[in-house]
Amino acid sequence: MLTVLPLVPLLAGLLALALPADGPRRALLVLAGLIHLALTLACFVHPPAPAYGGLLELDALGQLFLTLASLLFVAASCYAVGYLGHEGAGPRRDFQDGAAFVNAPERVFTMCLLLFLAAMTVVCATRNLSVLWVGIEATTLSSAPLIYFHRHRRSLEATWKYLVICSVGIALALLGNILFSVAFYDPASPLTSMGLTEMLPRAAGAAHPWLRAAFIFLLVGYGSKMGLAPMHNWLPDAHSQSPSLVSAMLSGALLNCAFLGILRAQQLLVAAGMGDFGGELLVLFGLVSMGTAAVFIVGQGDYKRLLAYSSVEHMGILALGVGIGGGATFGAMLHAVNHSLTKGALFLISGNILALYHTRSCYDARGLSRALPVTAALWTAGFLAIVGSPPFGIFVSELTILKAMLAGGHGFAATFYMVALAVIFIGMATPVCRMIQGPLPPAVPHPGREQLLSVVPPLLLLAATLVLGLYIPEAVTGLLERAAAAVSLGG
Amino acid sequence: MEMTQYLLVALVCVNLAYLAVTRLITLTRITAVQGLLLAAMPLAVLGPDPHSHALILSLGVFAIKAIGFPWLLARTLSRLSGDPVVEPYLGFNLSLLSGVAGLLFSLWLETRLPFPPGLFPPLLFPAALTSIFSGLALVVARRKAITQVIGYLAADNGIFLLGVPLAQGSVWLELSVLLDVFVAVFVMGIALHHINKTFESIDVGRFCSLRD
Amino acid sequence: MNALTHIVAALVLAPLIPGIINRVKARMAGRVGRPLLQTYYDLAKLIQKGVVVSHTATWMLAAGPAVSLAAVGCALLLLPGPASPAPVSFTGDFMLAAYCLGLSRLALILAALDTGSSFEGMGASREAAFSALAEPVLFLSFLVLAVGAPEISLSGMLGRGLTGVLAPERLFVPLILFIVLLTENCRIPVDDPTTHLELTMIHEVMVLDHSGPDMAFIVYGAALKLWFFAALTVLAVLPVRSLSPAAGWAAFLAGMLLVTVAIGLVESVMARLRLMRVPRLLGGAGALAALSLVLTVWR
Repeated sequence: MLTVLPLVPLLAGLLALALPADGPRRALLVLAGLIHLALTLACFVHPPAPAYGGLLELDALGQLFLTLASLLFVAASCYAVGYLGHEGAGPRRDFQDGAAFVNAPERVFTMCLLLFLAAMTVVCATRNLSVLWVGIEATTLSSAPLIYFHRHRRSLEATWKYLVICSVGIALALLGNILFSVAFYDPASPLTSMGLTEMLPRAAGAAHPWLRAAFIFLLVGYGSKMGLAPMHNWLPDAHSQSPSLVSAMLSGALLNCAFLGILRAQQLLVAAGMGDFGGELLVLFGLVSMGTAAVFIVGQGDYKRLLAYSSVEHMGILALGVGIGGGATFGAMLHAVNHSLTKGALFLISGNILALYHTRSCYDARGLSRALPVTAALWTAGFLAIVGSPPFGIFVSELTILKAMLAGGHGFAATFYMVALAVIFIGMATPVCRMIQGPLPPAVPHPGREQLLSVVPPLLLLAATLVLGLYIPEAVTGLLERAAAAVSLGG
Repeated sequence: MEMTQYLLVALVCVNLAYLAVTRLITLTRITAVQGLLLAAMPLAVLGPDPHSHALILSLGVFAIKAIGFPWLLARTLSRLSGDPVVEPYLGFNLSLLSGVAGLLFSLWLETRLPFPPGLFPPLLFPAALTSIFSGLALVVARRKAITQVIGYLAADNGIFLLGVPLAQGSVWLELSVLLDVFVAVFVMGIALHHINKTFESIDVGRFCSLRD
Repeated sequence: MNALTHIVAALVLAPLIPGIINRVKARMAGRVGRPLLQTYYDLAKLIQKGVVVSHTATWMLAAGPAVSLAAVGCALLLLPGPASPAPVSFTGDFMLAAYCLGLSRLALILAALDTGSSFEGMGASREAAFSALAEPVLFLSFLVLAVGAPEISLSGMLGRGLTGVLAPERLFVPLILFIVLLTENCRIPVDDPTTHLELTMIHEVMVLDHSGPDMAFIVYGAALKLWFFAALTVLAVLPVRSLSPAAGWAAFLAGMLLVTVAIGLVESVMARLRLMRVPRLLGGAGALAALSLVLTVWR
């Protein structure tokens, strides 16, 4: 099964490039997403055997993130059908500076979307550090053209920053990989591969100074891709300039993939008995990210950048949770799920708002409840979910992490965490409330009925996180627990 | 062994040359020279082996780093408008001085780190580290977008150099890493082309519309 | 006696070097060129002429060339020959040699400033600036040569050849010394000795006001200085100490010829660098010297 899994989006992508007509190509996009999701879910029923000589191998951790990526992709691809139909081809005018621009050809966009999924599949479905690296670099390369869908100056600037910062960051991660193999160097019995299956049992005998150096480089390298402060500069730019469905994929799936890279390194450190070292660094980066996000969220005038900084915050929470360890690791896994679902939904909704108002400013996009009632309701619900109000899932996961922090005696971290969350709540509430209420700007055309394809995918995602807030199914708990155990026990 | 030393000293010179060069076309030629030297490294360090892994790796590196990258860069360069000179934020002599300082630091670091005995030939670690240094210096201390690409390449070359003595088992993975970097440079080249068209310059100092 | 052979050879043969350089350049350009011994003829002619001295000039103008020539002669005394150590040799004598050359330059600069001509002042300032940049490079390469030398003097440091098998960086030293040679002796690509435009001259513009025997001193001093640096470069490479005296002399003279021809070739194929680029050339040479030193010490 693993043999086929990355091939489905890959071949579909190549096919999409060849298809001349828009309709079948959009159908192909959704179909590939659905097949991918079906195969991913089938992996729960029949745990797949390693493929390609052990290069691809699915464990609980990978399965968790793979499922998230696949779900998000299906939601985004359904949304894309409506979005692409609405966008159309031909020259357009930039609503910000009035310059003329065109969109990227739709078939290139579709192909990159599918290749992006293929790359993420490889990242999730491997336990080999080299393959992981290749996959993460491939996600950067396949997603860069997605950010540059609207071919104007600002998106180009964002794409360039994304390419350079992430490529250099990932190059540092490659250095981390090499340092890992230095740590495991043993002329008597050399490592045959960078697979965790081979490395984990030998981790106890690895050289500690090199493990430390390797972890730092991997953390900084993949951390810059994950958007941990202070390496997050590309993230708000890329998320605000790309089409909303791409932002949803970036935030909901791509950041997780980079996080997975860090988790693999943490697994090795734990197996070597150095989990505390990695944990402390993760806590540090997590708190810095939360603090940075809080500072930039307050007074943020651009609602897509607002969501992007919120992603920085939640990546910080993930790092913090894993760094604290114990019950917080489970909390972090749950949080990853909830954040992906919620942030994916929020970005898709922000796309609806942008399509009507033609502005990303919270001050100009007003009267949402009059113009787009369903979207307004979803926007409110999404806001409540993302800031961690009950009954949504993020409340549960944030609470789990807080409990573990208090139980572990991390008083300072817990205080900082609560203060940052409170500041972010207030900082996000102001613009969201302003957008929901108020008069409709006169320049905005009266919208017709809201498109089904533009509200149903976010609705379903939000419903899923609502369910996770009320009741976590047995199967999900099992998966999360296995994933958490893999990280905190180094399995 | 002696061969390796000559290659490594040449690589260190190339790394310093990156920082002192003022013309873009010379910069692309330097990447070609570095690629050539790197292509010789697996053969020099690993020596002949029964599976001829070192040979495959050498050929791959030669094809991608010594021919592919310089060709891509030269092609990109020929399409760009404006003066083909490097525009520094940090002056050339200062950059060179910082490069020498980086070399000194990495030589010092080599004496301090507990290397597994027999893994790295002498001077390989400092050569790799200075390559990473000068690459990163090109990324942050030069104005033009294409110098950032070259800097990324130089840093990546340094990392590759560090990986050469460790590349025993999985040559194909090494090659796929190379291929990934090649595609990265290709994509960056396309982006550069668009930047040149849209901004009528490739000065990253003009990227100022996105900020908080 | 043996020790003085090299000094005598230098004093006699030095004016031949500009002749050979000129001949190489002429051949490269497809001309016949002036006689090899032209510098000797020039010197003989200049010695016989009278001196014209500006009314505004003081004794410095007259003293400059003499001091300059004497200082170069002192520096030569410190340089070992191919078959023998230098007549005067002590620990740290390379400092004295460098500063003798410095004194020689200082005397010329003061003489140039003494004339009060703005062109000469400009030339003097350029000469001072470039030599100030070349000096650290020269010292760095002396340090590289000093590593592992039996004694820290020119006689101890030179003539041992490129020691050590694992030392590719030692190959840089002759290259760096060659660049210093070009700078110190005002050759292309730093300065063009044959230019006719005062604005672009460096060394030549400095000595415009000298005539007669004074000019002869300057020309002869320049030839000796060229010999000094060429010998330095050759002795840094060739292991003449390990050869028999005759073979050593033969190798040394062949090396000198090679360096001279190399200067001629460089002058034929290169253009003068823009004034702003010269510091970069020397900066590069300095970086190379630093690199060589670091690698040599570190091993």
